[in-house]
Amino acid sequence: MTAQNDRKVWMSLLAKSPVTDLKRLWEGFEGAQPGAQSHVWLRAPEIGGVMVRGRTGATGAPFNLGEMTVTRCSLKLPGGEVGHGYVQGRDKDHATRAALVDAHMQTAQSEAIRRGVLDPLEETMRATAETRARKAAATKVDFFTLVRGED
Amino acid sequence: MYVAVKGGERAIENAHAWLAEERRGDTAVAELSIAQIREQLSLAVNRVMAEGSLYDPDLAALAIKQARGDLIEAIFLIRAYRTTLPRFGASHPIETGKMHCERRISATFKDAPGGQVLGPTFDYTHRLLDFKMAADGEVAEAPQGPATGQDVPHITEFLNQEGLIQTESQSDDTPPDLTREPLELPANRALRLQSLTRGDEGFVLGMAYSTQRGYARNHAFVGELRIGVVAVEIDIPELGFSIDIGEITVTECETVNQFQGSKTEPAQFTRGYGLVFGQTERKAISMALVDRALRWEELGEDNVGAPAQDEEFVLMHSDNIQATGFLEHIKLPHYVDFQSELELVRKIRAEAVEASALRAAQEAAE
Repeated sequence: MTAQNDRKVWMSLLAKSPVTDLKRLWEGFEGAQPGAQSHVWLRAPEIGGVMVRGRTGATGAPFNLGEMTVTRCSLKLPGGEVGHGYVQGRDKDHATRAALVDAHMQTAQSEAIRRGVLDPLEETMRATAETRARKAAATKVDFFTLVRGED
Repeated sequence: MYVAVKGGERAIENAHAWLAEERRGDTAVAELSIAQIREQLSLAVNRVMAEGSLYDPDLAALAIKQARGDLIEAIFLIRAYRTTLPRFGASHPIETGKMHCERRISATFKDAPGGQVLGPTFDYTHRLLDFKMAADGEVAEAPQGPATGQDVPHITEFLNQEGLIQTESQSDDTPPDLTREPLELPANRALRLQSLTRGDEGFVLGMAYSTQRGYARNHAFVGELRIGVVAVEIDIPELGFSIDIGEITVTECETVNQFQGSKTEPAQFTRGYGLVFGQTERKAISMALVDRALRWEELGEDNVGAPAQDEEFVLMHSDNIQATGFLEHIKLPHYVDFQSELELVRKIRAEAVEASALRAAQEAAE
């Protein structure tokens, strides 16, 4: 996997992550670091909207479905690494944590963050989605045909 | 002449104070939290997001609380908030073929690949009040089955393989946006769909029902109805690549309608399309029926003069915020307008009385 693809994957994961799970995991990781690094804002957290599009008939021309709330920010670590945070919703702290993870993923700590934050986050989200998929599967109809008549 | 009238400030302040108190209700009863509304009145939250045209369950729940459960008032609050948001961009069109389906049914094919998945539906309930719910809140955990984790194919794809259904015209054009440009007619299909998806559920339902009762009947089958979670992807300009920015639940309905053919083309089915934020299937089915009815011209059908075929009638009256704004403004002070009408009527009446008195005097003189 290329570095860009890798980053796309973790940024997508962070954007969709539940606020409480990322908070717990990031604080757990950060708390274990000696002397937390300060960062400077390149873009302070801001709340905005993204217009979500669909396609006519699922496959045809695009149309505007409606907006969703998004919060974004960009920051720089003392080492010069720039982190971008984009998250669904309006939680500025959540966006900040996403940007911090993104920035630290470009440092020597990346493997530790992957193990301590990203992997468990992905696993939690996968398990939640899996549970819903399994509940849906339990409502799948098994048709059977009743035999009628003599032959 | 314009006359400014002042003096209602204290009455307004006191009315708002009483509103706040009435909203809270009996303080001996526990207050509702935003999270409770979001989790336990989720279909109301979904409707407010769909018609407010902003996907944010917490905000929709707050709006419902603030509006005391008046959903149109809540939608109004969301629309007003939406206008304050800077627009970061537009997403890639969501891929409903990759939806994590929580419900997926077809009324046309019993053995559709991917199966008939009922999901958390009211269908097949007896619609009898459940008094157990008034007593305790314990719920048993829902059973689980084996999930395949595979994408569920669209039903219309199968019909399309045989050429039995009309193909959607492909394009990647930037669609018109009625939140940026005033709605102008004639509207293309993309604009109609944007208008319908945020339109009032009751109005769109009524229009759809009218087509079923015979006003521009188009014989719709629900080819497929699916509800589930899709990822929303946007380009991040500062990075030069796209990421998933979030996940939303949507309801999609594809109808398979009355076939048509011509001298040059053999008969084939046509389609209607509904796509709405949240779990909102009544709205999505209605949207698909109305979408199909509005396509009469493109599909070479007759305009039979039915309301659901009339683009101006449907699109200009489907927005409940526009409608309620204009409707409810007539309760606000119109003292000066009315004063002028009152004086006019008095003058006309006085003239009439004068004229008849004159006539009576003339008759008496003769």
